[in-house]
Amino acid sequence: MGGRDATMVLLDENGIRCDGRKIDEPRKIMIRAGGLKNADGSAYIEFGDNKILVGVFGPRDVHPKHMSNTDTGILRVRYHMEPFSVDERKRPAPSRREIEISKVIKEALEPAVMLEKFPRTAVDVFIEVLQADGGTRCAALTAASVALADAGIPMRDMVAAIASGKVADTIVLDVNNEEDQAGQADMPIGYMPSLKKITLLQLDGVLTPEEYKKCVDVGVKGCEVVYELQKKALHDKYFGNSGD
Amino acid sequence: MATVSVIDELKKAQILALLEEGKRVDGRAFDEPRELKIEINAIPKANGSARVYLGDTDVLCGVKIQPDRPFPDMGDKGIFMCTAELLPLSHPTVETGPPQAPVIELARVVDRGIRESHMVDVTQLVIEKDKSVVGVFADIVVIDYDGNLFDACSYAATAALLTSKTPTWEMVDDQPSVVEGGEKQLPVSTIPVSITMGKIGNHIVVDPNGDEWASMACRVTITTDSDGNICALQKGGSDGFTQEEINQCGDLSIKIGAKIREQLKSAQQESQ
Repeated sequence: MGGRDATMVLLDENGIRCDGRKIDEPRKIMIRAGGLKNADGSAYIEFGDNKILVGVFGPRDVHPKHMSNTDTGILRVRYHMEPFSVDERKRPAPSRREIEISKVIKEALEPAVMLEKFPRTAVDVFIEVLQADGGTRCAALTAASVALADAGIPMRDMVAAIASGKVADTIVLDVNNEEDQAGQADMPIGYMPSLKKITLLQLDGVLTPEEYKKCVDVGVKGCEVVYELQKKALHDKYFGNSGD
Repeated sequence: MATVSVIDELKKAQILALLEEGKRVDGRAFDEPRELKIEINAIPKANGSARVYLGDTDVLCGVKIQPDRPFPDMGDKGIFMCTAELLPLSHPTVETGPPQAPVIELARVVDRGIRESHMVDVTQLVIEKDKSVVGVFADIVVIDYDGNLFDACSYAATAALLTSKTPTWEMVDDQPSVVEGGEKQLPVSTIPVSITMGKIGNHIVVDPNGDEWASMACRVTITTDSDGNICALQKGGSDGFTQEEINQCGDLSIKIGAKIREQLKSAQQESQ
């Protein structure tokens, strides 16, 4: 995505990262439940410099009809990046990357949503990345879970997500854009903390078997932190003073 | 893939019932992949090729190596790209037309496993910096389907790359030109091996066949390199894994991957 400084120090001698964080410290996360007037449920997340909006519609009739399933509802997810969300303009049509991410996010949410309660219907999740800065799929999945809950769709748990990774030979939490481009490994994790199930997991980059296990562990612990913020966002909307 | 029918549902129940007794539907152990057959140089016109049979799954990979323009900002690196396509003759449910999400995922996961292992050293594939580089294209087609395309395609691409021969180019009048007698082995470092594991009930099975593939709740594909490190992973399917299962799958991918790697090495030696 360009604009990266080759001389940048990823991790200094005091264990401080290029954006001033400690190795186990996530970026600043702000989640808001609701916000969209027309959607059945919505959420907005700022995750570091990522800005992502999610709208949920449904359960509703399935079009085209042949996609509907008489045994269960279906979940449809579109992850989409705005052309202006990245340094160099992105073509607006869905890329292969966006199609793959849509699929992995859908499969990460499916275990959480009780679709079997709504046969012959669809729940549509629209994810719009307004600004991207590394880790969009995790931030998007986190916000999508809140939006589904905001829509009142029965769920077994929420999926919280964050990436762990390897930067300057050290396992760190929440890999940012610079670290992803220059770092050694990136492992996005989606996790349902109450059910203790990993529903999204990807990795690129080389890890020893020990680092692999540590990376999963750091990511799972990070998801537990994100989970609290998801619950707080819903609590703020439905039980807080500032509710809309 | 395969649409759900009454028979599929019965089969699913039977597959799960067998697993509960510690048996797999085709008699394999839980951590036993199907027989892997590798036919190298199946397409002599390609720079390298391999036909791979993983049980009844049948795939073919051809590697083409040719000069190309470098990507912007990547003028000091050659190009490596891996694609995958399900041929319409491979299964009754495959339709022609633009690739659907599962096929896009397949191609990207196979590409990522090989790319992240740094098997193909793209820094050695530069003819003239910023002007002309060598492109290595591994295109995979699925000929017959019986589950686990991820591993079959990955083995085919890896075997084809291991046995690829590349011409040498030099710049003449600002155009890349083939050097006579400059043919050599494509420079490769490590041998990536992907292992896909499916979860059916609470059981993890290595290399799910077509029926198991239709029965499983979720899957994970883990690629390891020759040093026994893990270099790529993809979870898929509509359920989740526990942290212990993910750790167990990591160990399995290293153990089973080492055996497959020996077979790929033999294929490489056979070609030399």
